[in-house]
Amino acid sequence: MIRNEHMKVAGQREIARNIYELVLEGELADEIKEPGKFVHVRAGETLDPLLRRPISIADYGNGRITLIYRAEGYGTRVISEKGLHGQADVLGPLGNGFPVEAAAPGTKALLVGGGIGVPPLYGLSRRLKEAGVEPVHVLGFQSEDVVFYEEEFIRLGETHIATVDGSRGAKGFVTDVMASLGHEFSVYYSCGPLPMLKAVAEGMAGTEGYLSFEERMGCGIGACFACVCRTDSNDRGYVKVCSDGPVFKAGVVTL
Amino acid sequence: MNRLQVELPGLTLKNPIMPASGCFGFGKEYAQLYDLSKLGAIMVKATTLEPRFGNPTPRVAETPAGMLNAIGLQNPGLEKVVTEELPWLEQYDVPIIANVAGSETEDYVAVAERISKAPNVRALELNISCPNVRCGGITFGTDPKIAGELTRAVKAVSSVPVYVKLSPNVTDVTEIARAVEAGGADGLTLINTLVGMRFDPRTGRPVIANGTGGLSGPAVKPVALRMVYEVSRSVSIPVIGMGGISDVDDVINFMSAGASAVAVGTANFVDHFVCPNLIDALPDRMDELGIRNITELIGRSHR
Repeated sequence: MIRNEHMKVAGQREIARNIYELVLEGELADEIKEPGKFVHVRAGETLDPLLRRPISIADYGNGRITLIYRAEGYGTRVISEKGLHGQADVLGPLGNGFPVEAAAPGTKALLVGGGIGVPPLYGLSRRLKEAGVEPVHVLGFQSEDVVFYEEEFIRLGETHIATVDGSRGAKGFVTDVMASLGHEFSVYYSCGPLPMLKAVAEGMAGTEGYLSFEERMGCGIGACFACVCRTDSNDRGYVKVCSDGPVFKAGVVTL
Repeated sequence: MNRLQVELPGLTLKNPIMPASGCFGFGKEYAQLYDLSKLGAIMVKATTLEPRFGNPTPRVAETPAGMLNAIGLQNPGLEKVVTEELPWLEQYDVPIIANVAGSETEDYVAVAERISKAPNVRALELNISCPNVRCGGITFGTDPKIAGELTRAVKAVSSVPVYVKLSPNVTDVTEIARAVEAGGADGLTLINTLVGMRFDPRTGRPVIANGTGGLSGPAVKPVALRMVYEVSRSVSIPVIGMGGISDVDDVINFMSAGASAVAVGTANFVDHFVCPNLIDALPDRMDELGIRNITELIGRSHR
């Protein structure tokens, strides 16, 4: 069920340059049944900024949700600076997440994340591991100062870091690392910028995959048609990222 | 006696609050959140003769206390709306106001004729003010003669009363209002969005793919109030007011300015429960203001 709740801010900290981890407490946390969903957060209590900000759920459980976001635009800066006055106006959980069951127990699953697309893969990796799947992580960042959750991912399985400038891990893109892995994967999951999703989907052609998309949103529930993407996979010719996604099976959204 | 009830051509509203067209789809999404029967009415998304995909993304951009949108009238087309969307809404006890859009007069007439026969459609809202489509839309709403003729053509085929949605992007909104009244309109709805832009300082280009978008939200409220005030004084048909309404005093103020009922748009994206919350909050606020029946508010600033 979708709830609108004033959740308690249990903690907020900067975990990399302009990257914040926000932990919220409330009943909404118990409504989350799969990783990869998102919440729609009001940045402030006044009319400016006006709209909610869609933020992916990095992890959930025990009455808490963890959100990891980049304070880049006006709204996210307000969220990071104000500390939300001890509580946050949150609508969610929204959208459709990653299907954990797509990976058979005993097999390896590839998780590829880019930048602020990395967070939802953390909750996914935890659920995969619980389900007896072996997660392998390939995480791409711009540079060392914006790398986050490396230790957390290492604790869950094999983890490769790539940075564009080579300041941490391999120099280059996630696809460069993927090419050198040499594992058999039953399924892959990816979240990140569109060019990365495209490259990952091409590199993994022939393997079942799930991609999480990002798009500017209005309502967050499918009513306003702000976040549509073209598709050839249904007779409507489009999907809505917020309510049909944000996770789609690879091939559904025209890349 | 229900003190929130308002009677308008074709519409018995159990309260004066309805979601505005384009902000509420065809109701399915918000039905996950609350009982749609609570609403005074629902203005459903614009319907065109053929399905429309709409504009490229980004389609929305936030602005101070407002937002720009250029969705481009995306909708599944008349056939799907009358065979799927409207029948689904029949499970709720709520009158539907069908927003009708098109590129040519013939499109408007064809959509109006068929959609007005749907059992739960109690009124049409003629969309002659969408700023985000190249053909039709606003071109019908900025010329009094064309607006009046289109109204007459739609009135001739509609089985239910016709409200005309007016654009604020004109020099004198009362001139258009009088023209559509003369064309036989049963009511007016206003305002549609104000054409605006936002730029990205890094690229130097507009943020919205369409270039321009329609500005809505609290930022437009003073303009909307002024236009509702002016229009309601210059015509004798009822006005449904909209433009930045988000709290109960906004409702009171729009009705005082001359609106007989109000529509809530952008606020549905900020507080997804805003419509039922406003409906619940009205009686207490009316008590505080010494208002017995909501209809006492209508146009009281003119008296």
